[in-house]
Amino acid sequence: MIAYSLRRLVSLCLTLIAASLFVFAVMEILPGDPAELILGINAQEDTLAALREQLGLNLPLTERYWIWITGMLSGDFGTSYTYSVPVTELIGERLTVSLPLALIALLLSTLIALPLGILAAGNHNKWPDISLIGATQFGIAVPNFWFAMLLVLVFAVTLRWFPSGGFPGWEAGILPCLQALVLPSIALALPQASILARIMRSSMLEVMHEDYMRTARAKGLTFTQTLKRHGLRNALIPVVTILGLQFSFLLAGTVIIENVFSLPGLGRLVFQAINQRDLITVKAVIILLVATVIVVNFLVDLTYALIDPRLHRRRQS
Amino acid sequence: MIKSALKWTAAISVASALLASSALAARTDLTVGVRLEPPHLDPTAGAAAAIDEVVYANIFEGLTRIDESGAVKPALAESWTISEDGKSYIFKLHDGVKFHDGTDFNADDVVFTLDRARGETSVNAQKALFEPIESVTALDPLTVEVKLKRPTGSMLFNLGWGDAIMVAPESAETNKTNPVGTGPFKLGKWVKGDSIALTKNPDYWGEAAKLDKATFKIIADSAAALSALMAGDVDAFPIFAAPEMLPQFEADPRFKVVIGTTEGETVLSTNNAQKPFDDVRVRKAMAHAINRKALIEGAMFGYGTLIGSHFAPHNPAYVDLSGVYDFDLAKAKALLKEAGLENGFKARLHLPPTDYARRSGLIIASDLKKVGIDLEIINVEWGQWLKQVFKGKDYDLTIVSHTEPMDIGIYARDDYYFQYKNADFNATIEELNATSDEAKRTELLHKAQKKLNDDAVNGFLFQLAKTGVWNAKLKGLWANAPVQANDLTKVEWMD
Repeated sequence: MIAYSLRRLVSLCLTLIAASLFVFAVMEILPGDPAELILGINAQEDTLAALREQLGLNLPLTERYWIWITGMLSGDFGTSYTYSVPVTELIGERLTVSLPLALIALLLSTLIALPLGILAAGNHNKWPDISLIGATQFGIAVPNFWFAMLLVLVFAVTLRWFPSGGFPGWEAGILPCLQALVLPSIALALPQASILARIMRSSMLEVMHEDYMRTARAKGLTFTQTLKRHGLRNALIPVVTILGLQFSFLLAGTVIIENVFSLPGLGRLVFQAINQRDLITVKAVIILLVATVIVVNFLVDLTYALIDPRLHRRRQS
Repeated sequence: MIKSALKWTAAISVASALLASSALAARTDLTVGVRLEPPHLDPTAGAAAAIDEVVYANIFEGLTRIDESGAVKPALAESWTISEDGKSYIFKLHDGVKFHDGTDFNADDVVFTLDRARGETSVNAQKALFEPIESVTALDPLTVEVKLKRPTGSMLFNLGWGDAIMVAPESAETNKTNPVGTGPFKLGKWVKGDSIALTKNPDYWGEAAKLDKATFKIIADSAAALSALMAGDVDAFPIFAAPEMLPQFEADPRFKVVIGTTEGETVLSTNNAQKPFDDVRVRKAMAHAINRKALIEGAMFGYGTLIGSHFAPHNPAYVDLSGVYDFDLAKAKALLKEAGLENGFKARLHLPPTDYARRSGLIIASDLKKVGIDLEIINVEWGQWLKQVFKGKDYDLTIVSHTEPMDIGIYARDDYYFQYKNADFNATIEELNATSDEAKRTELLHKAQKKLNDDAVNGFLFQLAKTGVWNAKLKGLWANAPVQANDLTKVEWMD
C-alpha cells in the first residue's frame, strides 16, 4: 500500500511539472499584452514600458518561468496584474465561496442520488425504476443555467425566500451565506445527481447478478443483507470515480451558475482574469485546478484500495 | 372581553404608528448594480471604466469636475484665472478640505499629483492629458500655478477626468486597495467579486451626501441583473446592458427607464490609407449604402442616436450632420462607378467581442453587399484587436465605440489607426487646442465636425445610448454619461 502510494505520488509531481510548462507556454503564445489592456488605447509607449517593468513583463521568458515556479513552491503565486493584490489572497477569497458551494452540491447530489439509485435497482423494471429513469433523463437534459433562472424566478423574485444572487461574505454570518448558496447548489446538484443516480442504479444491477451475490443468497442471507454485506461496496466503485470527476468539475466549471447568481467564485475569477489578460492569475488558478484533479484522482485510487483491497493488490503483482 | 379588545386596539394602533413613522423616514441606503468589477480603485493607474464608475466624484475629486451635461465645473479648485497668452492657470483651492485619512489637502498635494501623473515612471492611462504642462508650483497653501508649454484649450476639461483626481503623497501608492480621497463618500467594505460599499464622509468639505451608505453590487449577467432588480435586491442599474429586456421595466410602475447618451461614438472605422478606402468617393458610397436607422433598430433594439461625425450629441457644440449621407443605394452605386469600382470589391471587417460590434457587423455586411462590397467578417478578441487593428493598422474596416470624452482630436494624430491625414483638419485642431475662448472653441469644433463628415472618414453610425433602470422613487442619478461615472453625490430617495 505504501509503495503503491509513493509511486502514485511521484507520477503526480511529474504531471504537475509538465502541466506548469504547458500552461506557461500557452499563456505566452496567446495574443494580448496585459499592460495594454490595463492602460487602454490612449496609453503612450513610455507609460506602457513603465508598467511592463513594474509587472516584470520585460524579463526574458526563462527567467519569468523560473521566478514563477520557484515562487509557487514557496507559496507565492505572484501579484495579480489587474487587482494588484497577491494571487494567493484572491484565490483564497474565491475558494471560501467555491469550495462550500462545490461541497454542498456534491453532498446534496450524493444524498439524493445514492438512495434513489439503490431503490431503482431493487425495483428493477417496476414503477420506482421507470420513474427514476424518466426523472434523471430530465435532470441531465435540462441546461443548468435555465434551471437556475427558474429557481431564481420562483424562490427569489416571486416568493423572496432567498436572495437573487450575490454573496455577503462569511463575516456576515453563516446563515446569510448558506442562504445565498442554497439555490446555486441545488441548480448544480440536479444534473450531477441525475448522472450519479443512473450510475448507482446500473452498477447495482450489475453487482446483483454476480455469482457471489447468488452464493450469499443461497447461504440464506436476505436480499437486504446481501446488499449490505457484499453488493454495496462493489457497486460503489464506479460511483466514487464519478464523484471524483464531479468534484473537480464543480470547483471550476461553475462559471455559468456563478454568473446567474453573481457569486464571486473561482470560475468567475478565471473568466474575468482571462478577459483582462491577468495572466498570472489565470496561470495560478489553472495550476491549482490541475493539482486538484490530480490529487482527487489520487484519493479516488486510494479509496478504491480501501473499498476493494484486491484492486491495489492486483496492480502490485 | 371589552378589556382585551381595547388592549388589542391599543397594540394595533401603536404598531401602525411605528410602521407609519418608519415609512415616512426616507431611506438613506442605496444598492447600485454595475456590470464589471473594477480591478482596483485607483483611477490614476488604469483605463478601466469600472474604476471611475465607482470612485469618480464619490471618493475622489479633481481640481475641476465634469457635470451631467459634460460641462466643466469647479471642484477642489473654487476658482481660477487664465493668463492672456493662455499659458498660465492659477487655481484657488477650497479651504478646509481634508482627505479621508484626516490629512489636509493643499497646494503641495496638487503639485505632487500632477507631477506624478506626468512623471517618467507614471502609469497613468491618459498621460497625454498632462503632456502640455510645463511646471506646477505652489504659490501658497491654497494657490497653485500650472504653467503650460503652449495654450491648451481643453486643460480645464482634462483636469476633470478621473485620471486627474487629486491624491496625497502618503496614500497615493495604496489607493488601489485603500482609496483615500477628498470626496463625500469613503470606502466602506469591498467584498471582492461581490460588492463595494461606500459610506458617507461626515467631514466632507462641501454639501454632504444625502445617502449614508451606497453599495455597488457586481452583476455581470443580464438575466441576473433583471432578477436582482425585480427581487428588490438592487435599486438601480445606471447602465443596463440588455436593451431587449427594457420593455419589462417600462411596463412596471416600480421602475423608471431612463435613456440618455454616452460619449461612445460607434463608428465603422475605416483604414483611410488602404485601397480602395483612400478614395473619398468609396467612403461616401459606403456612407450612403448603410441604412443606419435600420442598424439602430436591428443591432441596438432602437436605442442609440444617429450621428454624422465624431461628436457627442449632448455636447453644446454639437452639429447635427446625421442626415448628410441619406440611405440611397443608387447614389452609392453611382459613386462607386465614378471611382471605377462598379463591380464592387472585397474587404475584411474585423469585429471585437462586444454585442454592438458583432450585431452591427452582420447588418453592415448585408447592406454593403447590395452595392457589391463583399465583406469577410473576422471575429477577434480584444487582445488581437489591439495588436492587429489598433497598433498594427493591418485591417480594412472594424467597428468600435470610441468612449473617451471630447476625443475629436484623435483624427489629427498621424499614427492613429484610421490613417486619416489632412492638413486642414490638423490646423483646425491645433487652433482649437490653443483657444480657451468658449465661442471661438465652439466655432472650431463645428468646423472640425463638418470636415470629418465631408471626408466621410469613418462610417459614423450611432452614439451608444445609456439605458438606465432604477427605482421610480430615486432622484438624482445621471441620465447621460459624459464621463464614465456614477455620481451619487446628489442622489436621494423621494417619499
